Amino acid sequence: MAYVPLADQDSEMEMHHPHSWVTKYVWSQDHKVIAIQYGGLAIAVGVVALVLSLLMRMQLGFPETFDLIDPSSYYQSVTMHGMIMVVYMLTALLLGGFGNYLIPLMCGARDMVFPFLNMLSVWVYALSVIILMASFFVDGGPTGAGWTLYPPQTAMAGTPGHDMGIVLMLLSLAVFIVAFTMGGLNYVTTILQYRCRGLTMMRLPLTVWGIFIATILGLFAFPALLVSAIMMLFDMLLGTSFFMPAVIESGTPLDHNGGSPILFQHLFWFFGHPEVYIVALPAFGLVSDVLSTHARKNIFGYRMMVWAIIAIGGLSFIVWAHHMYVSGMNPYFGFFFATTTLIIAVPTALKVYNWVLTLWEGDIRLNAPMYFAIGFIFTFIHGGLTGLFLGNVVIDLPLSDTYFVVAHFHMVMGVSPVLVIFAALYHWYPKVTGRMFHEGMAKAHFWCTFLGTYAIYLPMHYLGFLGVPRRYYAMGSTDFIPESAQDLNVTITYAALFVGAAQLLFFINIFWSLRNGEKAGPNPWGSASLEWQTPDTPPVHGNWGDELPTVYRWAYDYSVPGAHEDFIPQNVPESVEPTADEQHFDPDHDTSKADV
Amino acid sequence: MSLFKQLTDKPWERKGILGGLNPEGAFESPPERVALGFFLVIASVIFSLLGVSYVIRMSLPDWEPLADPSQLWLNTGLLFISSVLFQWARNTAKAGKQKNLITAFVGGGVFALLFIMGQMLTWDGLQEAGYFVTSNPANSFFYLLTGLHIAHLLGGLWVWSKTSIRLLSGGKPEDMSLSIELCTLYWHFLLIIWLVMFAVLSNT
Ligand code: HEM
Ligand SMILES: [Cu+2]
Repeated sequence: MAYVPLADQDSEMEMHHPHSWVTKYVWSQDHKVIAIQYGGLAIAVGVVALVLSLLMRMQLGFPETFDLIDPSSYYQSVTMHGMIMVVYMLTALLLGGFGNYLIPLMCGARDMVFPFLNMLSVWVYALSVIILMASFFVDGGPTGAGWTLYPPQTAMAGTPGHDMGIVLMLLSLAVFIVAFTMGGLNYVTTILQYRCRGLTMMRLPLTVWGIFIATILGLFAFPALLVSAIMMLFDMLLGTSFFMPAVIESGTPLDHNGGSPILFQHLFWFFGHPEVYIVALPAFGLVSDVLSTHARKNIFGYRMMVWAIIAIGGLSFIVWAHHMYVSGMNPYFGFFFATTTLIIAVPTALKVYNWVLTLWEGDIRLNAPMYFAIGFIFTFIHGGLTGLFLGNVVIDLPLSDTYFVVAHFHMVMGVSPVLVIFAALYHWYPKVTGRMFHEGMAKAHFWCTFLGTYAIYLPMHYLGFLGVPRRYYAMGSTDFIPESAQDLNVTITYAALFVGAAQLLFFINIFWSLRNGEKAGPNPWGSASLEWQTPDTPPVHGNWGDELPTVYRWAYDYSVPGAHEDFIPQNVPESVEPTADEQHFDPDHDTSKADV
Repeated sequence: MSLFKQLTDKPWERKGILGGLNPEGAFESPPERVALGFFLVIASVIFSLLGVSYVIRMSLPDWEPLADPSQLWLNTGLLFISSVLFQWARNTAKAGKQKNLITAFVGGGVFALLFIMGQMLTWDGLQEAGYFVTSNPANSFFYLLTGLHIAHLLGGLWVWSKTSIRLLSGGKPEDMSLSIELCTLYWHFLLIIWLVMFAVLSNT
């Protein structure tokens, strides 16, 4: 092979070795520290977005009681909440956080290929967050255009934040994309080129596959957002008319003329739909590994799972216009996009079957991560089924822009990935910190979150059927919506406040356990994949001590007949199966032959 | 292993070390080249999306074709020379020779700088003739596309300047050959993007 693995580039390693507190924890080039920086910042902005959603819920539940927010700040909250959750929280946490932590460890590498670029990525991400947050403090406040930012209303005087707010939003997105690209190039190159000896692509855990394909989607989809952000910035700042048609704003015609708002919608959703899978595919990968480990069974249909990830990734680029059925497009286009949308359901359903079949007759250990992973199967099936409805033009038309849509996308890309994130945070917490979390508290957290989110989103489907529109500050006197809808809104708000408060259990747990958790040992779940086989827990700089691991098998050797234990780590050679207390060669059980 | 063979591999059956004694790498390439390959695809996506937007915008009623500034031919020549010089530098470095390496490599970047200056002069000329960024959509696209292309070149020039400094302070051709090769690749790519852009801009 043409390259020397990082392991053998001594001088190089020396160079990156942290020497002071600042290079160790702040300007760190270690993928694990960067992962924690990415993840911590993503969770912090996620909390901001959560608080915004609770403010909105207070308004919706008790319209005349509080005046926490007025109509303008409601729009701003909707917009910032949506954009932060999708881009700055989920994307950053799943790829920047989990991607950074797990890729090198699962690939048996010492670090990412380009550690400096990796460090730059997290700080540029921080910059994008600062720019975004700055919009709360400028004149006019953040943009209230909705996370879809459709022109021309983004730029019109009636929209809050139509001057500085939107400019900062677009700028922040552009900066985020730069950060993502730097990180993303690292992830794909590391996965392709830095796998350790014996680790073929098809021996990678599904987590790595999910992150790999999601990163590729991101690298190719974010440019659409970048292009539309730049063109919109031109329209706003320089007065061009890429997207802005001729409009009259309170009596005065604006300077724009002839631009195409629909063009923006196409560009936005060419990014926006793959974005759903940028969030979903890493979650699919993570949940597969959690399920398989705690069911003590190999993942059912590994190859199909990989192909499904690839197929979903490819298809996700040709379904975007299902978000635009109401934009007045040619019916044949609608037909085409409805068809592709339904086709994408096939590999997706296949994955769901395989998760269920992985559980089938497994030796299931109901640990807290497993609760969250199984909870995900429920919410994902639920959100996926409503997606099948919305994918059909005739059903979407009446439901578009109602609470049915809000319920759908929260189930499928809000709650489901968040449950996986919790599953994964609990699952890898012992590796990251060296301690166990408090099991009881984690399970309480699960039940509150799982049942609570159902209490929030299930009723929203009914509101949608009634025709309650999304993004409305208050219903006013709308004839077709019965009074009783308000009762549902009150219940939903109680549930939302409850779920919001329940997240404290998570924060208390992870901080409390840092000091007080039991020592975890290197591999508390008995997991076969490489990241659990590091010589130190938590892994130290360079990950693998003196020698890189060698891989002899896939990541799913659980409950292998004849083995001493119910798992065989990836780096255990053919002829040696470890027992609980020692590694030794047992001729009785060595019936297999190496086929190198 | 071929891609197809990799994807049909049955990982649960084959145990032992696969792929010989070496670590796995999907491509027989240094990681820098793989990463640059990805980046070129990303940049192509950016420019193609702009191309699609251009075509869609063109079909709307207020479109007027661009007044074709003849200076663009001169600029194209400059960028072409720049690419040729880079290719020369790459061939020299690959052969492990020192002679003319610095001239070719540094010269390549200088011609790229001249190209950028030429583009800016074109902007000036257009403004003087009364074609501002807001004048009509074709002009808006012209400024946007050329601007983005320059931004990509500037990114390349940043790497070029770092490599040049190493080269001028006595770097050996063997050590520099990868950087030089990747710069060359990137320059050819940007030349092609420019040629396509130029063709589209001056014919619509
Ligand atoms: C307890 C958690 C959450 C609550 C209570 C909540 C609540 C809400 C509310 C009330 C709205 C406004 C609906 C409207 O007026 O149209 C909204 C919009 C939205 N939420 Fe959430 N949400 C939560 C979590 C999430 C998560 C995790 C995501 C990540 C995908 C997310 C993504 C969005 C998006 C994309 C919008 C649409 C924004 C827009 O219309 O521009 N939410 N949410
Ligand atoms: Cu979609």
